[in-house]
Amino acid sequence: MSPNKATSRFTDGIAQVGACGIFLVQILRAIPRSMRYLRESVRQVWFVGAMSLIIIMTSGLFVGMVLGLQLYYVLSIFGGTAALGTVVSLSLYRELGPVVTALLFAGRAGTSITAEIGLMRATDQIDAMEMMAVDPLAYVVAPRFIAGIIAMPILACVFNALGILGAYLVGVSWLGVDGGTFWSNMTSSVDVWKDVINGVWKSVAFGAVCTLIATFQGYTTAPTSEGVAYATTRTVVFSSITTLALDFVMTAFLM
Amino acid sequence: MTAPNALHNAAKPDEALIRIRGLRTVLNGKTIFDGVDLDIPRGRITAVMGPSGTGKTTLMRHITGQRAPDAGEIVVDGRDVAKIGRRELFGLREKIGYLFQNSALLTDYSVFENVAFPLRQHLRLPEELLRNIVLTKLQAVGLRGAAELMPAELSGGMVRRVALARAIVRDPMLIIYDEPFVGLDPIALNQILKLIKTLNQTLGITSILVGHELAAVRLVADSIYLIAGGKIAAHGAPEELARGETPWTRQFFSGEADGPVPFHYPASDYATQLGLAGKAALAPPPVVPAPRAIEPDRKP
Repeated sequence: MSPNKATSRFTDGIAQVGACGIFLVQILRAIPRSMRYLRESVRQVWFVGAMSLIIIMTSGLFVGMVLGLQLYYVLSIFGGTAALGTVVSLSLYRELGPVVTALLFAGRAGTSITAEIGLMRATDQIDAMEMMAVDPLAYVVAPRFIAGIIAMPILACVFNALGILGAYLVGVSWLGVDGGTFWSNMTSSVDVWKDVINGVWKSVAFGAVCTLIATFQGYTTAPTSEGVAYATTRTVVFSSITTLALDFVMTAFLM
Repeated sequence: MTAPNALHNAAKPDEALIRIRGLRTVLNGKTIFDGVDLDIPRGRITAVMGPSGTGKTTLMRHITGQRAPDAGEIVVDGRDVAKIGRRELFGLREKIGYLFQNSALLTDYSVFENVAFPLRQHLRLPEELLRNIVLTKLQAVGLRGAAELMPAELSGGMVRRVALARAIVRDPMLIIYDEPFVGLDPIALNQILKLIKTLNQTLGITSILVGHELAAVRLVADSIYLIAGGKIAAHGAPEELARGETPWTRQFFSGEADGPVPFHYPASDYATQLGLAGKAALAPPPVVPAPRAIEPDRKP
């Protein structure tokens, strides 16, 4: 890649970040107007939340089972298998739950939001709404943004619950760790505010970021089939990278 | 439902509903409009015609405030659309019905809900009244029986008619029909022409027709603006323009390739692009006769 092209791509990237920031401000300003479309917000919570439950539950269960298996192996070296519940729950509450849920959310709900809004843009539906004096930011974008913020923490909690269940099945039912020890160590060492609520805050932030990227990519997509395809891909890539980077920043501040 | 917007038109019959002065638009380095002046009178049907890519849809986007001009003034119902705020612009758009070139139906909503959409968004009507209004409009376009179908289940012509029903559902002050006759069979075309005329005559709705079909347009339009080369090439009554007294009207209405409007998009030398430049004794290109003008039917 030539230096000029690299510079151009860098400046384009900076411009995109700026445009995304402006888009966020526009969404925040549209949220009060979107309150009259409450039914649409509820529909979107069902669409991005409830419809994502199966993939979140399945993934949570298997992540918990793998976590239980791996940690049991490591802890057994030091004779500390009694701490299995503690380590699994802290890993899930503090990091894995919010992060993996956000990555899955970007793949499942983020792409569908981008494709839906992108196709609406490509087929002039967004322009038609504007022409009918209906603000598409309030009617289309804000309800999805709100839905993402509401759905993500709930999905992360479901993921955590299924993850702990998976670890319990492997550790207690299969590998013979004492069930009482598993639960009592977990409840005694997990702090609601420091561990659980911080994880929820992370989920809220990831929900906002992933939905912002998905709606921005859809809203600003080139009105062609190739444009929608690229926008969908960018949603997954940018959401994943931003989630991981934001996770580091939030962990540093919340520790 | 009454037609308050029609009354609005009747209240100021002498004032042009749309007044455009010195419109200048440049898109991607290409000058689309260069000093266009245009008036759309209230309560009349005005056609805007011109070769493809001449900026007819862009002009409609200027009128509805979807695109700001580079220079000039566009006054709609006394307000300069490029200068008013979003709230006022949306207020103005509530009085405008717009039939999009590609219909732009909401694909997740049924035919009924598409037509009901503007009513649900802006008016709090009892469900029964709303239902009656929507069914009345669907009856007018011949699709009352298709109310529960989804847009994906309709033919191209039916989609146009649903979009038309949606555009007229609020009996607006102004209706913009962007290519309303595309995809319509002769029966539907005739009915839609009658509908456009009826809306104009009974409710006094100002209408702008964007299209190419002279035979259809001249049946309903009171006047025609012919846009070409970034300017108003001709303006007058349909019969007057159809006589082809200027090079622009002669070429456009007779469909000839030769004239002030080039058929070919600007390109480099043909022989050079084919790699034949400099080669001697090139065979002359075959002569293709220009299509004959389509004369309107005349009674013996």
